Amino acid sequence: MNEFINLGWTKNEIAKKIANEFPHGSYVNLGIGMPELVSKFVDECKEIIYHSENGLLGMGPPANENELDFELINAGKKPVTILPGGSYCHHADSFSMIRGGHIDYCVLGAMEVSEGGDLANWTTGKGIPAVGGAMDLVVGAKNVFVMSQHTTKDGSPKFLKNCSLPLTGKSVVTRVYSNLAILDVTPEGFKLKEMSEKIDFDLLQKVTKAKIITN
Amino acid sequence: MKINKLFNSVNDVMSDVFDGAVIMLGGFGEAGSPVELIHGLIDTKCKDLTIIANNAGNGKIGLGALIGENQVKKVICSFARSPKSITFKELYENDKIELEVVPQGTLAERIRSAGAGIPGFYTQTSVGTPLAEGKEIKIFDGKEYVLEKSLKADFALIKAETSDRYGNLTYNKTARNFNPIMCMAANQTIVQVKKIEKEENTDPEKIITPGIFVNRVTVVSDPIIESIAIDNGETYP
Repeated sequence: MNEFINLGWTKNEIAKKIANEFPHGSYVNLGIGMPELVSKFVDECKEIIYHSENGLLGMGPPANENELDFELINAGKKPVTILPGGSYCHHADSFSMIRGGHIDYCVLGAMEVSEGGDLANWTTGKGIPAVGGAMDLVVGAKNVFVMSQHTTKDGSPKFLKNCSLPLTGKSVVTRVYSNLAILDVTPEGFKLKEMSEKIDFDLLQKVTKAKIITN
Repeated sequence: MKINKLFNSVNDVMSDVFDGAVIMLGGFGEAGSPVELIHGLIDTKCKDLTIIANNAGNGKIGLGALIGENQVKKVICSFARSPKSITFKELYENDKIELEVVPQGTLAERIRSAGAGIPGFYTQTSVGTPLAEGKEIKIFDGKEYVLEKSLKADFALIKAETSDRYGNLTYNKTARNFNPIMCMAANQTIVQVKKIEKEENTDPEKIITPGIFVNRVTVVSDPIIESIAIDNGETYP
């Protein structure tokens, strides 16, 4: 464990910031893991439609013990529910929604993000390589948000000038949400949008291996 | 004469599978996975199979069991990693099984396009990544796209909810997933259903897979729920 991982915003605080970003009526795909938290924080005055790439549009919360149905699952293969207005489709249609540019936002985890918006999040090059739908989502969704701790567990920067791991997509990330800051990916590089009030800019720059633009 | 695609047993529908066959397996994780047909495939003892599926099996049930019986030479899938994967992991780590990793949407479209008579297509998915290496890149409107070839199979093993004697299929919720497109992409499409449609034919508005894409159907009225079976320590054979 490193000194930066508990600094700044909590996972729930990051999730809330992302949830606040979605306009009413958005179609959103949330990745497995930390991004799943985002749906808990959407303002009740907005209606957001969640897409799960295994053929479910209008996904509701996880199923409780009484409604477990192993034929109604999410992309993480966990039983979920479907909301009014929801629908099922086959895989080619589901990925037409993604690749065809119909999904407004996707939120994914990251191992590394470069200042040019390259994303690495599918393999470290060791073990069994498994990509799932990540490569389709990053090229297809209109906005690609990364939700991640700012550094790895051992304290190494995740936001870099260039990725060292195999890429998921090139120049695909729109914005990064970490425990320390929100960074927009711009043609000039990472641009600071918001920073946790618990840290200062020098620290943020120290744990980011690319120049952060502030104005 | 009446068309009748309904067969009495799993053994009856699996009789012509051969060594080295390319076989698609429907399902996303356990949802829509034709577990009993896969067990029928294990019983045929056919070897050197190439399996096209989204995942690479869990425990020693269904695809996990087929791989564990050393009947599979190669797996083409998007996500072979899973906490409950035993058999694939072991063979892969010992270089005893081949893996072709395909992005999930590209996998779906390679299957769909095969069924639609389209030999390949261009997609932005995987451009600039290791999965595009060695493939043709073409520029459309200033953007790079990679050429992906369609994927056909000798057999597709499918799980659906209902069928009538014409092979018209309906599905249940997210158990639909890859099943309808795999029905289109195989030489012989073999289906297990939970029940036969009570009426003479299925309501045409409710049919998801028209019978033209289906060859043989058999009933497995109470199919194994993979995650529960694995938690109970069940294995096959």
